[in-house]
Amino acid sequence: MTNSAGKVSNVALSVGIATGVYGISFGALSVTAGFDIWQTIALSVLMFSGGSQFAFVAVGFSDLATAVTSAWLVGVRNGFYALSLAPIIETKGIRKIFAAQLTIDETAAVSTSRHTLEEQRKGFWLTGISVFVFWNLATVIGALLGQQIGDPETFGLDAAAAAALFALVWPRIQKSAGAIIASTAIIASVLFSLVLPSGPPVLLGALCAVVVGFMLNRGKHE
Amino acid sequence: MNSWVAIIAASAAVFSWKYLGHLVPRKFLESKFLQKLAGFLTIALLAGLVGVQTFSGKNPSTGAHEVVFDARFLALIVAMVLLKLRFPFLVIVVAAAATAALLRLAF
Repeated sequence: MTNSAGKVSNVALSVGIATGVYGISFGALSVTAGFDIWQTIALSVLMFSGGSQFAFVAVGFSDLATAVTSAWLVGVRNGFYALSLAPIIETKGIRKIFAAQLTIDETAAVSTSRHTLEEQRKGFWLTGISVFVFWNLATVIGALLGQQIGDPETFGLDAAAAAALFALVWPRIQKSAGAIIASTAIIASVLFSLVLPSGPPVLLGALCAVVVGFMLNRGKHE
Repeated sequence: MNSWVAIIAASAAVFSWKYLGHLVPRKFLESKFLQKLAGFLTIALLAGLVGVQTFSGKNPSTGAHEVVFDARFLALIVAMVLLKLRFPFLVIVVAAAATAALLRLAF
């Protein structure tokens, strides 16, 4: 084993299951917010980006235009993941559309945690397919069960989701530059989250961290 | 706005970011600067997300956003220790969930 995270197919499956369980709570939340089961499924298949989906149904029927804007803002980060994934994936035509749809937190995280191009590519596709399957299955289950299911936080699933992402970033924060970027991002995002609704805090926090990253980088060359 | 229209519009809006990122010409992506930028951004976005998922909370009486150190924080500490000890991915994720669940059960 060259990587503490283990075989890429196992990681893809684990991430799919861990994320999928959270899809149950999305399905339940969406029907509770008043969307019907088909609309709930459509959100998971078509939007396929957990953060945006939760933001959309949280605003929901109270203001549909704001719901669209919130989902859009929370989704910006996927575009940045695409920038680093595009040279690795190298797709054309219809495959580019599938690759784009699968460009989310989890696929970027697994891909970035691997060290060879082949593993990064494999990590992207396997994780994308795994998360897509489990996320959508879970959405259906959650939507059917609705409020009957308990709070996923009782089972610590919110902590599991955060730990999974953290474990995937881990190899990249072993060098001091990565650690400083990550710490800055954590602190800045949390501070922004005190005053702004979900979405922008993580973006703004990441931008602060990137500026710090470039400052460190310049110091090294001069 | 009709709710189906909102769902399609929001999905298209979210997809547009994903697709735009993949459309940036290779020529640009080959620049050292953009490669660095994309690499830094990925780490920073994921770390920021972990931060918000772990430390952001709402005051139960006022509803105001605040920084909280609760079961999620301890679960992340457990994950970090297990990562240092090079435990497999799945063990780390399960241990973090178990830590948070047990702490919530106890308090």
